[in-house]
Amino acid sequence: MFESLTEKLELTFKRLRGQGKISEKNIDDALRDVRLALLEADVHVKVVKTFLESVKAKSLGQEVLQSLTPEQHFLKIVRDELTGLLGGEYRELDLKAAPPVVIMLVGLQGSGKTTTLAKLARYLKKHQKRTPYLVPADVYRPAAIDQVKILGQELELPVYDSNPQTSPVVICKQALQEAKKRFCDLLLIDTAGRLHIDAELMQELATIKGAVNPHHILFIADAMTGQDAVNQAMGFDQQLGLTGVVLTKLDGDARGGAALSIREMVGKPILFAGMGEKLDALDPFYPDRLASRILGMGDVLSLIDKVQQNFEQKESERLQKVIQKQQFTLEEFQLQLQQIKKMGSMGSLLELIPGGKKLASQVDADKAENELRRVEAIINSMTLQERRSPAILNGSRRRRIAQGSGTTVTDVNRLIKQFMEMKKMMQRVSKGGMKSLFNRMPNPFH
Amino acid sequence: MAGSFFQRLKDGLTKSRETWVQKVGSIFENQQWTEQTLEVMEESLLTADVGVKATQKLMDVMRKHTPSASEELTEDMPTRLRQAMVGMLQASNTEPKVPPLSVRPWVILFLGVNGVGKTTTIGKLAAHYKADGKKVLLVAGDTFRAAAVEQLEVWGQRVGVDTIKHRAGADPSAVVYDGMQAAKSRKIDVLLIDTAGRLHTKGHLIEELKKIRRVIAREHDGAPQETLLVLDATTGQNGLQQAKVFKETTNITGIVLTKLDGTAKGGVIISIQEDLGVPVRYIGIGEDVEDLQPFEPVRFVQALFEK
Repeated sequence: MFESLTEKLELTFKRLRGQGKISEKNIDDALRDVRLALLEADVHVKVVKTFLESVKAKSLGQEVLQSLTPEQHFLKIVRDELTGLLGGEYRELDLKAAPPVVIMLVGLQGSGKTTTLAKLARYLKKHQKRTPYLVPADVYRPAAIDQVKILGQELELPVYDSNPQTSPVVICKQALQEAKKRFCDLLLIDTAGRLHIDAELMQELATIKGAVNPHHILFIADAMTGQDAVNQAMGFDQQLGLTGVVLTKLDGDARGGAALSIREMVGKPILFAGMGEKLDALDPFYPDRLASRILGMGDVLSLIDKVQQNFEQKESERLQKVIQKQQFTLEEFQLQLQQIKKMGSMGSLLELIPGGKKLASQVDADKAENELRRVEAIINSMTLQERRSPAILNGSRRRRIAQGSGTTVTDVNRLIKQFMEMKKMMQRVSKGGMKSLFNRMPNPFH
Repeated sequence: MAGSFFQRLKDGLTKSRETWVQKVGSIFENQQWTEQTLEVMEESLLTADVGVKATQKLMDVMRKHTPSASEELTEDMPTRLRQAMVGMLQASNTEPKVPPLSVRPWVILFLGVNGVGKTTTIGKLAAHYKADGKKVLLVAGDTFRAAAVEQLEVWGQRVGVDTIKHRAGADPSAVVYDGMQAAKSRKIDVLLIDTAGRLHTKGHLIEELKKIRRVIAREHDGAPQETLLVLDATTGQNGLQQAKVFKETTNITGIVLTKLDGTAKGGVIISIQEDLGVPVRYIGIGEDVEDLQPFEPVRFVQALFEK
């Protein structure tokens, strides 16, 4: 899936190479690709529809950044939009209330409430210096109370000794009193899993809410949930008033599109993400990471960011001028190499280059990396003057450079030859800036 | 029996029907076949988690059936859709396979990702076999999750069957070995083995499952007779990925689709049938023991479309 969206978009945009702007005509196919990716990621049909409309509006007429290909630029718009919808920045759980602060976890059966309860207790104890008191209020599922007790033991946290014969409402009320006596400033309530359409059990939750006045009611959502996520979250929100969402089981390969649906249709922030079975596997929720994940292209997009950071527009323009004025020197070349190195490994970088996936699979990335290091060593062994005017490199200079860089004179000769060829070629294509430099630069390392 | 089963299935699926198929039905009343009505239908299929590929296939079937002139009303659209869906579900599922229990012990291994309802399904199925006069034994193979052993034990006590267990954190293969030995010496008819929930992406946990299977096969020729993947009906397209990986690595022979009593439609089973041909054996449509039902494609789809 990961490859397929990238590759599909590459194909879709192939026709548009050389065009500087994204236009209505060429965007429809691309939007179709994105629609498919979103549906496969379990984003709700309705959300997909509105999302695509806003992406279309955002991308039309946009200038394609110099450093990006049209598909990369388009993807960036898509991801930024997605990140925005998912809540933009990471949000901390607000615990500003009179202690004990009560947090209730609710959700369907098997969504991961009990495990999340323990993880959350551990997290808030560690990062917010809270003293949690755990309350098992699931009297229905066999051994659910035992489960909380065992987890409490593991975390060395007190657990209220719930009696399965007692009503959950009474349990929660008494636990709140007990927490006050123990000077615990955080009360975490595990409730039984239930369907949002189970009127009787939903009423029970509403009664608990009335009895203990929770500061937070968190909906625990399984990242693998399909289109139904919206119904579920809405059902719980309408009857209880949710304050946030925790997304669980994100350590699998589910794309987690449900989160986008919930965020969009219910409007509650996603606060944490469950990333594994161990009790420390709870991360704060970062919208940008999930956005990339939903699109199935985390790495490529983060590389796009890197390119943007490293090849600032200005830098790109400066380089273009240098090339046009025929001032491209080995010194300049060294600068470019350093920038390339900042962006990551050769293999991952090659993939970033349009059509580079194929190239990356053909080229031995490690070998290329070694070559790159050797080229750098050679240039580093040159004097400033030699870098600026390679013409002065005579036999004795070349021997010295070879010795200094631990290479042979043949290596030095080859590099200089390639550099000259490259310089010539660059002058020919100097119109396209950094983008076309990437597109057409021959592999100088072979 | 058939009537009561049907009623129960219908009751269990009531929500799905109201929120989805009835809507589809009403949309098409007095409408004419247009690209627009077809699009609405496509959207409702996607909303049911049927998945892009299977939906596309169903829509192709629908489009082929579209009358050339647009004078025909769309009232029969749901009927045609129903037929197409049954067709897809029946592809590899020509008749409901009732486990023959031809050998003793008949070993059924349950697996799936976390929180899908493996233990509950085992409890319900144990009750069925017990009521059928079979000698049933449970194996608490989930030694990882806190209180998982206790959970299965409570089910065993409820149903009145024994549970083979080790302490928490023990090697699951060792428990399974003990379970196999006990099943043989006690002349057990049906052995139901619980395993810890695991994501299909965790290589080492999949290896653990393979080892469990090896132990079972070594102790009893041809066992496990049935390896059931328990799948939550609320699962979206990842369900297909789960089924794929579990089929490749542990050779699942059937699927149990749980939690169909909510508003989730479980449409992903259509994709799974299409892609992998793994038949659905049971569906879970409620909390009660009787709410675990054999899966029958025609009735399943029929109940979905019942007005």
